[in-house]
Amino acid sequence: MATPLPESVIEQTYYLNMGPQHPSTHGVLRLFLKLDGEYIIEADPVVGYGHRGHEKMAESHFYEQFLPNTSRMDYLSGLIYNHGYVAALEKMAGIEVPPRAEYIRVICAELNRVCSHLLWFGTYLLDLGGITPFLYAFDDREQIMDALDRITGSRLTYCYCRVGGVARDVDAEFVRAIRAFIERLRSRFEDYHTLVTKNVIFIHRTRGVGVIDRDTALRFGCSGPVLRASGVPYDIRRAEPYSVYPRFEFDIPTGTAGDVLARYTVRLQEMEQSLRIVEQALEGLPEGPFKGRAPRKVHPPKGDCYFAVESARGALGYYIVSDGTCYPYRLKVRVPSFGNLQVLTEVLPGTLVADTVAILGSVDIVVPEVDR
Amino acid sequence: MWQTAVDILGPDLAAIVAGAIGLVALVQVNTLFLVWLERKVSAHIQLRLGPMEVGPHGILQTLVDGVKLLGKELITPRHVDRKLYVLAPVVVFTGVLACLVVVPFDEELQLRDLNVGVLLIFAFSAFNVLAILMGGWSANNKYSLLGAIRSVAQNVAYEIPLLLVVLNVLLWTNSMQMSTIVAAQSTLWNVFWMPVAAVIYLICATAETNRAPFDIPEAESELVAGFHTEYSGMRFAMFFLAEYSNMFIVTAVATTLFFGGWKSPPLLGFLPVPGVVWFFLKVYALIFVIIWVRWTFPRLRFDQLMNFSWKVMIPVSLIHLIVYAGIIKIIR
Repeated sequence: MATPLPESVIEQTYYLNMGPQHPSTHGVLRLFLKLDGEYIIEADPVVGYGHRGHEKMAESHFYEQFLPNTSRMDYLSGLIYNHGYVAALEKMAGIEVPPRAEYIRVICAELNRVCSHLLWFGTYLLDLGGITPFLYAFDDREQIMDALDRITGSRLTYCYCRVGGVARDVDAEFVRAIRAFIERLRSRFEDYHTLVTKNVIFIHRTRGVGVIDRDTALRFGCSGPVLRASGVPYDIRRAEPYSVYPRFEFDIPTGTAGDVLARYTVRLQEMEQSLRIVEQALEGLPEGPFKGRAPRKVHPPKGDCYFAVESARGALGYYIVSDGTCYPYRLKVRVPSFGNLQVLTEVLPGTLVADTVAILGSVDIVVPEVDR
Repeated sequence: MWQTAVDILGPDLAAIVAGAIGLVALVQVNTLFLVWLERKVSAHIQLRLGPMEVGPHGILQTLVDGVKLLGKELITPRHVDRKLYVLAPVVVFTGVLACLVVVPFDEELQLRDLNVGVLLIFAFSAFNVLAILMGGWSANNKYSLLGAIRSVAQNVAYEIPLLLVVLNVLLWTNSMQMSTIVAAQSTLWNVFWMPVAAVIYLICATAETNRAPFDIPEAESELVAGFHTEYSGMRFAMFFLAEYSNMFIVTAVATTLFFGGWKSPPLLGFLPVPGVVWFFLKVYALIFVIIWVRWTFPRLRFDQLMNFSWKVMIPVSLIHLIVYAGIIKIIR
């Protein structure tokens, strides 16, 4: 918190409601700001505008029926949400997954991560007032969407993973399209670095702004790029390996400064690492069935289970309590954006209104995921 | 028709009316063209096509938009300061028209060749700030108010270096008359021997017209639409007209002060092209640069913007003025 201000200053403060309808609050977040001129004294994120009761919904559905809901929480990395959910069920019910299916899941999840980070890159620059990179990023993102559309049948709210495998097999055309896309995106990164990363104004807007130090990040339960930019190399794909991730070589990009620029750099490097993973997975994609033997209805044994995966925003965990029926007794989703959003109350005071947008954008929240 | 007008109004008044009509027409047509140009240029920078439907390459799109704005209801929100709220769009437009009076489009094509032309332009361009403050304050909206406060601070900060570099030109030509300034550049454009001044002028002019990367007053990602958030219909269009006309004015002044006005570029004097064409070509080339910058760079933060003015632009332009004043003294 900022140091307490003298009485005379406090009298001159006023309140500004940023959102829930505001161009830069990325959905329906409301920031309740107490301002002294353009400086923020207090920031209070008000959540809940996008609450749909997903967790309660799960209790009245079969395990499989909840699958479409998962990609509607974080609509930007829906496939990773799919993956986490079915992986949790498979762990609980002890279902084997054929290696081809695991590879396909990893390929799709990583592509989805790149997709999500590209969207973040575009909208973040939009927040900073640079409109053009947005359209370039969307142009790249479109390639992934088209490729994923081919195999999953949808562009945003995927429902592709199945308990024991995936819904459809990938074909040679998909593999070709992804290889071409990887080539293309690598050359585009050079453009992005020349136009954005090395831009003087961009650096001025981001360096030293919104610093989240290591302790604060850990204390607030931040995860994903936000935590890694603060210098903690924690990535579920490494820390608690799942699926076939241990078979691939990739680095965990970390920053040290914990500022907006560090989070930006971490995300850009993460995209490159994801491309590496996809390349290796395409190389080693085994033949075989894409769906294993799984019962029509999953009846996990009585008990509970927590399973975490690394979504584009951080640690995503499913906690499922089963009473032995085909309905979950309780399903709790640990979403990364919630922790990442909380840290704003600590970081925003003392900064300018213009920085609010820069900082809020840099933690990359998806409000429907926070609210669920 | 001209004869009838002269009969009724007398020659002086008729000329004034004709001039005023001409200026209003210029402002409108120029804005229609500039908005179209901006949309097209930005579209091509961003891998898009931009407006393509109305007219060839969408050239009539902005005309249609204008008609739409004309047909819209003028909404006055409750809790606004009515007088100021209604007056602000008028004030912003008046300043623009007054500035255009002394702009020399060609040797003979100038409404009034006042001997204080430059002074008049900078005096009336300050109307813009006043109107923004009026609009932002009266709208009774927090975002508008923040936008207006920023705008005033920014305009004051950037007017100082702007005027300081303009002083260089005035010292050199020894006149504030626009035609004399153009005439003084018949052999050598000012930009060639005071390039730093021209660059500073263009940077400040971008800031003065609230264009990106200095578009802080209307930073849409922070302040929604800044000072004109609450305006709609033709009142909004007035601000829009003024913004684009201001862009025209600052580049027209830049053309006159630094780029030889309506004179042909060096070595191209043999071409049978009228001066007015050269003038508009130069102006639109400068505007193109401003548009290009807008669609390439992100926005500065407010305090960085102010620091840039007070800590970089003002000292540099002051030193520039002292050095060039010395040079001019020695040469003369």
